[in-house]
Amino acid sequence: MAKQDALFKYTLRLGDNALILSQRLSEWCSYAPLIEEDLALTNLSLDMIGRAQALLKYAGEIEGMGKTEDTLAFRRSERQYYNNLLVEQPNGDFAFTMARQLFISAFELYFYSEMEHSKDKTFAAIAAKTLKEVKYHLEHAKDWVIRMGDGTGESHYRIQHAVNELWMYTGELFEMDDVDKDLIEQGIATDLDAIRPLWNKYIGDVLETAALIVPENGYMQTGSRKGIHTEHLGHLLCEMQYLQRAYPDAKW
Amino acid sequence: MSTDTQLDTWEVFMQSRAGANFIHQGSIHASDKKMALQNARDTYSRRGEGTSIWVVPTSEIIASSPDDADMLFDPSNDKIYRMPTFYTMPEGAKNI
Repeated sequence: MAKQDALFKYTLRLGDNALILSQRLSEWCSYAPLIEEDLALTNLSLDMIGRAQALLKYAGEIEGMGKTEDTLAFRRSERQYYNNLLVEQPNGDFAFTMARQLFISAFELYFYSEMEHSKDKTFAAIAAKTLKEVKYHLEHAKDWVIRMGDGTGESHYRIQHAVNELWMYTGELFEMDDVDKDLIEQGIATDLDAIRPLWNKYIGDVLETAALIVPENGYMQTGSRKGIHTEHLGHLLCEMQYLQRAYPDAKW
Repeated sequence: MSTDTQLDTWEVFMQSRAGANFIHQGSIHASDKKMALQNARDTYSRRGEGTSIWVVPTSEIIASSPDDADMLFDPSNDKIYRMPTFYTMPEGAKNI
């Protein structure tokens, strides 16, 4: 695989994770349980859109076909997206959103801590900025998961249910293919085998503190590395891309 | 059971730069200290306004009553000799 191809695909994965989760979180705007939480969730979303912008811009430069971050965000279809299945899952209730956030933010904390030392200077710079944001995202999600797990009977039931339902999407976070292997050899990408035990330990500790049960590692969903998604991504893209699809190059 | 789902209120004070006074920004809802700090940060420092935050439970603030305004504040209004501008500088005085 040519180095450019691998790097392009890898950058898209990271950018797509940030973009799709940003879109999901923005759906909470004006619906959160408290106004403060409404602001918190949209803050998270804005952090992620910033990261998506930086990464997709870089992807466009790597590919060298003159695509901007906007072209990549709004003119690709479902099969050309490489975000993890976890981040495209619908918001569900608040517990569901927080469980999803806990899983992905813990992953991103360890992931970007490694990437900060990448030989690719752009990745290292984006990682340094992202880390500050992700630490906050994780803290926020962790506090809520503990609060709900250790809260009322209903909040405990809801957060345990969310953890159980989302668990099958966590295995995919650590999948690696030739793209990863190529770039790990060059000191560019993060070795996911190395961060998996850290993630397991962290999540195990949080769930224990929250009086929640860590689900069994049973069947794990897979597909996003090949651009195969759950049915939810198509609907999300319909909404997110509507304007640019209906009125190409519309500006305001 | 209370039907108020909005949690307790906290007053938020923020410092815009090191050494500056903490200025009251407004109030937020939260169930504990840490959540209060996070909510204050999310509500009042989204555009990089602050370097430090204080949060105080609203119930811990002791406020004067508007009814006491006459007693507390009026007496100072008619005593102009309490203002430095009441005193005229003697002409030619150098070391005042």
